[in-house]
Amino acid sequence: MSANKITLNVNGTRHELEDADPQMPLLWALRDALGMTGTKFGCGIAQCGACTVHVDGRATRSCVTPIGTLADRSITTIEGLSSDGSHPLQKAWAQHGVPQCGYCQAGQIMSAAALLAKTPKPTDEDIDRGMGGNICRCGTYTRIRAAIHTAAKGGRQ
Amino acid sequence: MSTREHEAKWAPALSRRTFLGGLAAGSFVLVSEANGAVRHLLSPSAETFAPNLFLAIDPTGQVSILAHRSEMGTGIRTALPMVVADELGADWERVTIRQAIGDERLGSQNTDGSRSIRRFFEPMRVAGASARWMLERAAAQSWGVDPSECRAQDHGVEHAPSGRRLDFADLVEAAQGIEVPSPEELSYRAPEERRYVGRNHPIADLDAIVTGKAVFGIDARREGQLFAVVERSPVLGGRVASFDDTATRKVPGVVDVLEIPAFEAPHGFQALGGVAVLANSTWAALSGRRALEVQWTPSDHGSYDSREFGHALAAETHREGKLWREVGDARAQLRNAPADSVVSADYSLPHLAHASMEPPCALAIVHKDESGKPTAIEAWAPTQNPQAAQDQLAATFELPKESITVHVTLLGGGFGRKSKPDFIVEAALLAKEADRPVHVTWTREDDIRHDYYHTVAAVHMRAVVDDDGMPQAWLQRSAFPPIFSTFVPGSRNASPLEMGLGFTDLPYDVPHLRVESGQADAHVRIGWLRSVAHVYHAFAVCSFPDELAHRAGRDPYEYLMDLLGAPRLLDLEGVEYPNHDEPLERYPFDVGRLRNVTERVARMADWARKPPRGRGLGIACHRSFLSYCANVVEVEVSADGTLSIPNVWVVLDAGSIVSPDRVLAQMEGAAVFGASLALYGEITARNGAIEQSNFHDYPMTRIYDAPRNIHVEIVESEELPAGVGEVGVPPFAPALANAIFAATGRRIRKLPLAGQDLSWA
Repeated sequence: MSANKITLNVNGTRHELEDADPQMPLLWALRDALGMTGTKFGCGIAQCGACTVHVDGRATRSCVTPIGTLADRSITTIEGLSSDGSHPLQKAWAQHGVPQCGYCQAGQIMSAAALLAKTPKPTDEDIDRGMGGNICRCGTYTRIRAAIHTAAKGGRQ
Repeated sequence: MSTREHEAKWAPALSRRTFLGGLAAGSFVLVSEANGAVRHLLSPSAETFAPNLFLAIDPTGQVSILAHRSEMGTGIRTALPMVVADELGADWERVTIRQAIGDERLGSQNTDGSRSIRRFFEPMRVAGASARWMLERAAAQSWGVDPSECRAQDHGVEHAPSGRRLDFADLVEAAQGIEVPSPEELSYRAPEERRYVGRNHPIADLDAIVTGKAVFGIDARREGQLFAVVERSPVLGGRVASFDDTATRKVPGVVDVLEIPAFEAPHGFQALGGVAVLANSTWAALSGRRALEVQWTPSDHGSYDSREFGHALAAETHREGKLWREVGDARAQLRNAPADSVVSADYSLPHLAHASMEPPCALAIVHKDESGKPTAIEAWAPTQNPQAAQDQLAATFELPKESITVHVTLLGGGFGRKSKPDFIVEAALLAKEADRPVHVTWTREDDIRHDYYHTVAAVHMRAVVDDDGMPQAWLQRSAFPPIFSTFVPGSRNASPLEMGLGFTDLPYDVPHLRVESGQADAHVRIGWLRSVAHVYHAFAVCSFPDELAHRAGRDPYEYLMDLLGAPRLLDLEGVEYPNHDEPLERYPFDVGRLRNVTERVARMADWARKPPRGRGLGIACHRSFLSYCANVVEVEVSADGTLSIPNVWVVLDAGSIVSPDRVLAQMEGAAVFGASLALYGEITARNGAIEQSNFHDYPMTRIYDAPRNIHVEIVESEELPAGVGEVGVPPFAPALANAIFAATGRRIRKLPLAGQDLSWA
């Protein structure tokens, strides 16, 4: 096995990257090598959350996570959150009409999903903490908060 | 609703008589094409009914509607097609929205200036209603009945007297034989007949967005493409003196290093120039760029210090400037007034960067002939203005505009930055040299350091007040490097456009008024950012009345209403006032509507209550983009000066509304955008170079410090549609500053708030 072969387990599928730089952040491996562009670039320094994915269930900023650290880890991206957009958060996002431009929303949803997995009934303070790393320049925060509460209540507003 | 299709390609010539829907100067014209050789943007087949450029119905009855404005979060890609669908009588489930490439036959595609609905509501109605007219006549012919007895609805035409009905699919062939009507022959659906306009409907891209399938410019992909990043001069006007790419070329994945020539002044929309690293991944390109060493030539702008410049601007506003509007004789009044009746205040605001979440980026392919000369360019980009991209590429490559195809992806935010196609030119220049498709991505650092900046500005306000504290004379003067400096070297005078953004149209009823501007040179690229000069003009124009009210010991809301004066159309006779490119007869400045939104927002916010110290309400009202908007902001300031914004109330009168929920969303977003610029927004330059680089030093409000609750009411109106996207921004910052004064007694005359002491204990 080549020293530079890196295996990534993304959304339940194993991908082998030949001659990959182990320092390459997961973000660019997903987008440029694996063609999964749902995860977005926003800052490159873990300041905006647009690149949020789950690594073993934890919200992780893929723009600063080298792929060399991810062997045997389970990665979930927005493409794998549900097969058909039926995750309670995706439904709540639609119900509340959260997205404006939509660019940051994959990261927002992934952060929210990790929050709900850990804190199924989050308070506003929990939401502030769990979502504080995600910037939305369009300013959809009030609807993001409402949608998270809706999803936590099983879809009831 | 079918999924998004970006690939609205040129279609082969149609074999039958076809008509073009073209737009000139905002009016809709249906132009008959003499010989039928037409390039239609919806790729119709010969069997398709395609009565104008915006609409086609295929033999299955599927309706394709062209979205020709750019989607950056307002919902316009859904809203304008809804207007067409409504007039047509289409079932939204059988409508496909297709995004237009840049094409001047569609009219302006410059998605900017909060213009899309106000400029294209009527043309879209014509596009839909003319197709309906033809379908109804086709049905009438086939039944042998009077067309006036036929009515298109629910994706078919019905003949009420006989109860017969034909689906649009069944009428496609017959409708092709019907003459295209002139707009005078058309009638339009009454508001109560509409199924989509004025009602809430999910945006077309909603499912794609929440599942990560939406395609933004950064996601554009073509076989064999390279990924590029560009190192640019830290100072505007610096050129590459030399560079060493030895280490860069050793970085695995790096394919090439190419110099992009520097622009020739004025910079306009040209590429800035610099050194590009092309690689097989963005990461390799970034790694290669880190290893790159570039020396830059000195530039005239190398001594620019934006803080010193701000002081110079303030001084400029204390000198007599160019006169833009005069009522009575404010100078004489100011000269003769006793010193204790003169009140003045100086407001200052810094440069801002747009910082759309998706940075500038573009993909381009350059096609060449056998000799290697470029013959055509194809680009995919998150552009607010695909025709400007065509123009700039045509100029750069000396190609006819028609040979340049610009595909418009979704935009991850725009805010005015993506009206400028410089980044698309970069991609094309690199694609030409590399002989492959090249995708350029700007990093956040590139974006913050090389923007077309919202300008730094200073505004001086001075009034002579009477014994009741009401102003009898009013002087206001603003100074800022003008936007025109981007297009005309050495421009240092404010334009009617900028002065008309919330300054020459001061709505207050004062007997003596003088509006002036100062001069200023630009040392960075100056652009336009959501609501443009309204940002600094409204900050001063809406803060100063609050200062005067408190000086007079009066309630700021009541004082403001008195200052606005009687409901009336503002007299701007003789004033050079562009009125957002609309005639005043059509869109007058109606002080009554401004009063109305102000009264309503005060009621909504329960203005009369008296919050305890440390809590405060602030009010501001402003007309922009032909709409009227008032804000009340509530702040809570702890004794040690920590600020939070529990509530914002917004009332908007934008005339007729197409998508109520998206209008609410724009108002919510504008409050957050306003909070970001008021709390944190500051770009500074030292030695000509921008000091900020990313979200750690150019912060945005986040979910925990953005306004917690944003309450919006839209005035129900049948007035002409007016702007929405930018309108919520201007009143926010002054309302916030006024609220801080109410809470703490500290007057904010400078933005941002970051670093200012708000403690009050």
